[in-house]
Amino acid sequence: MRRQEALQGNGNGPPSSIGLRGIRLHTREAFDRELTHLQDDLLRMGALVEEAVRRSIEALRARSVEQADAIVEADNAIDALHLELEERCLRLMATQQPMAKDLRTIAAVWVMTIDLERIGDHAEDIARATKRMADQPLLKPLIDIPLMAEMVQQMLREGLDAFVHRDPDLAEHMATIDDRVDNLYSQVFRELLTYMIEDPKNIQRATHLLFIAQALERMGDHATNIAERVIYMVTGILKELNV
Amino acid sequence: MKSELMERAAPSTTLWNQAIASALSREEPIETVFPERVRVEDLHAYFGRTHAVKGISIGIATNRITAIIGPSGCGKSTFLRCLNRMHEVVPGARMEGRVLVDGEDIYAAAVDPVEVRRRIGMVFQRANPFPTMSIYDNVVAGLRLNGVRNRRVLDEVVEGSLRQAALWDEVKDVLSKPGTSLSGGQQQRLCIARALAVKPEVLLMDEPASALDPASTLKIEELARMLRETLTIVIVTHNMQQAARVSDSTAFMLAGELIEYGPTAEIFTRPREQRTEDYITGRFG
Repeated sequence: MRRQEALQGNGNGPPSSIGLRGIRLHTREAFDRELTHLQDDLLRMGALVEEAVRRSIEALRARSVEQADAIVEADNAIDALHLELEERCLRLMATQQPMAKDLRTIAAVWVMTIDLERIGDHAEDIARATKRMADQPLLKPLIDIPLMAEMVQQMLREGLDAFVHRDPDLAEHMATIDDRVDNLYSQVFRELLTYMIEDPKNIQRATHLLFIAQALERMGDHATNIAERVIYMVTGILKELNV
Repeated sequence: MKSELMERAAPSTTLWNQAIASALSREEPIETVFPERVRVEDLHAYFGRTHAVKGISIGIATNRITAIIGPSGCGKSTFLRCLNRMHEVVPGARMEGRVLVDGEDIYAAAVDPVEVRRRIGMVFQRANPFPTMSIYDNVVAGLRLNGVRNRRVLDEVVEGSLRQAALWDEVKDVLSKPGTSLSGGQQQRLCIARALAVKPEVLLMDEPASALDPASTLKIEELARMLRETLTIVIVTHNMQQAARVSDSTAFMLAGELIEYGPTAEIFTRPREQRTEDYITGRFG
């Protein structure tokens, strides 16, 4: 909801106008409208991706082939949105010759759609792995993997909030969560390795889980990229977080 | 990431890794610093009671293109005309402050304004070749005024200047035709050749392409980039894309004041001043 309210304000103040015998001529009404739609749709894409991450873990928990299939299916919508947003960014650059904050916003949205799309792909990876292991009992109870997924979702939410509210501090905070995701990943990795060493019969099931944990770890990295873009958009400074 | 790459690159002696290592370890800015050619100190310009330029101080780098942008009436053309003493030829106009070219005050009592205008040439918005003169005579008009009569010298200057202005190939067979017979873009390049004929150090361009079609505009911009190698160029433009494309530094003026001045890439991607941001993103002006 906070996002919606902020979007209506557009964060840019009232559109500029020049008085002309009572007529108000807006100098960039169409451009502002397109920018607002662009941000709106990026948030829509972000919401879809967040949902895909959540549902991929649900499907894993239930070991449900149908649920997993639904995620694979839903990823097409994310991919389509990604291509559409990219095309609109290009069109705005070609037709509006954006400058300064406008330029940085469009550039940020462009790169962020790529990262969001990749996160969506990793959710799809998890769904495919779920399908492969659906007929076997789980090797171990799921604890750390859902926790990783929750952190990734939190990163996504905070990243999109930071984007809407032009809040570089929130973006920077969100990127620190990635350290915890990475730590959990190492932990899961060591644990699964122990299972494999104990009994080679575990290797197949452990590998599937490891694959899932790695997908989540990669998601965290892409979410960090989103934080970097928000910081660039607001401050104009391109820097790498979590080096 | 950075240190990791450097560590990886350090022990290897392959050229590729050395290149990476040197790129990552480079500390000084990639842009070389160009010495200052023009220094303006607290420049004020007036038309009668109108205070058109309000205390501008700025340094203009040698062999660079400096763009001055700002909304109509912000004083950018007036500022430009103060740089070669063209402002004072307007009745009722006066100025205060100092303009130093290579450290010399061009407003000092002993300085001849005609000599100033030779060293600091100017190109205007509308191409203004002398209407009764041929292409040839247009180019050498300044030299003839200075008493140069030697035909060989004049021929050389005509060819050199027209080549410099990227017009030679188009006009070399029609030099005796009137300057006004050329197209708008060619006329503007003829005016540039005329300005170059007297070997100026600085070239001032006041909206040099605003009356030209896109292709001619790009030619003028390309020409400015080439001339930068031997000249210092200051260009006034209300076309922001032009300033972004062509210049190395950009100054933003508003209501007679200098609001922001810096590297062009910075001004157009992350201006420091909100008023610059508002202007270049089309929120006013």
